[in-house]
Amino acid sequence: MNFLNKVRTIVWKDFTHELRSREMLISMCVFSFLVIIIFNFAFPPGVEDVDWIIPGILWVAFIFSGLLGIGRSFGVEKDKGSLQGLLLCPVERGTIYVGKMVGNFIFMSMMEAFTLVIFTILFNVNLFPILIPLVLIIVLGTVGFTVVGTIFSAISANTRARDVMLSMLVFPIAVPLIIASIKATGKILDGKSLSEIYSWLKILVAFDVTFLLVSYLTFHFVVEE
Amino acid sequence: MRRWVRIVFEVTTLTTMVGALYAIFLYAPIEKTMGIIQKIFYFHVSSAFLSFVAFFIVFVASILFLYRRDRKWDILAQSSAEIGVIFCTLVLITGPIWAKPIWNVWWTWDPRLTTTLILWFIYVSYLMLRKMAGEGQRATFTAVFGIIGFINVPITFFAIRIWRTIHPIVIRSSGINITSPMLNTLIITLVAFTLLFFHLLMARMRLERIREGYEEMKALLEEQENR
Repeated sequence: MNFLNKVRTIVWKDFTHELRSREMLISMCVFSFLVIIIFNFAFPPGVEDVDWIIPGILWVAFIFSGLLGIGRSFGVEKDKGSLQGLLLCPVERGTIYVGKMVGNFIFMSMMEAFTLVIFTILFNVNLFPILIPLVLIIVLGTVGFTVVGTIFSAISANTRARDVMLSMLVFPIAVPLIIASIKATGKILDGKSLSEIYSWLKILVAFDVTFLLVSYLTFHFVVEE
Repeated sequence: MRRWVRIVFEVTTLTTMVGALYAIFLYAPIEKTMGIIQKIFYFHVSSAFLSFVAFFIVFVASILFLYRRDRKWDILAQSSAEIGVIFCTLVLITGPIWAKPIWNVWWTWDPRLTTTLILWFIYVSYLMLRKMAGEGQRATFTAVFGIIGFINVPITFFAIRIWRTIHPIVIRSSGINITSPMLNTLIITLVAFTLLFFHLLMARMRLERIREGYEEMKALLEEQENR
């Protein structure tokens, strides 16, 4: 099997597990729905100047719900003892990392698509004209978030106070990613073109590539016994 | 012999620290517009410099630990991270004390300030991780986080820099922006703080080795009692 096939097998394993339990995706979606409802009370739509907080609301919903799912990706494996089995697979550790990361990315993207729909309805914002640049930003931001989230999930699954530890590891590291995503989303919502958010996109790409490489190289240290 | 070297080093550190205090409060002139509050600058810059040095040492020691698997690199990384957090905390305390009378606010979201704050959070998380992780995996986990955390710093800085900075830039590539007595004082303070840093680092590493020896002895004793 080549690299892509191996990754696909691991992703498919996570998918099958999720199809049977439906724990992660549903909890992520419900959580992000709740975040949006709470923001709806805090900043009622239609009030003037509400536009500039929209990117913040969206990304808070994405990141908090995403963290909920990512924390489970290794937590479940550890609790059910299946991590051992996964590590015994005749593939490189880096491949397991990429497989897990791609799985997290897909689940998080599904939750984000759901959130965008709910958001459009509840906040009465028309996102269709800017959908393509918006999706580009969300994809770049989500890749970066799952890249660091996956490796930290593997670390925090082995610590006490797992969930608190995961947030403490992910948030300080994800700061540049969060700033760039929120700023770029804001500019796109303002009607600016892609070329005007070029510098933010550069930061997103730099973050994604750098940490994908570093995590890929260091993952086998994290899971060794 | 080693003990002798240590005593000389400690005396040098102490003398330089006293010398730095003399230079700051008696030798360096009082700044014209800012007044006496400017003197905090010497502590602020030295602490900032050493917190970066400390975190760089964490980064290098983490890489070395992952490749060599030698406990000493882990002890170095941990000790350096702890002292780095202390110096970084000093930066975050002295900064606002200076900023209140000069900028009229305690805090602003300027790139350097924000990056320092994030830096502080990264290494507080690093120390938390050390506390929360199990004995066997502690060293590898923190080494991986130490590497990721350090690589993250320039990216954070560039992300935040796109907003305009109001932090005074004293040291530029073209030269230094202060009078020579002030510069001399800064250099003395930097040397003194660097000596203090290495003094603390060595003391912390010694303490960690003693603690490890103690744990080993305790485990041995327990084993004998159980027999």
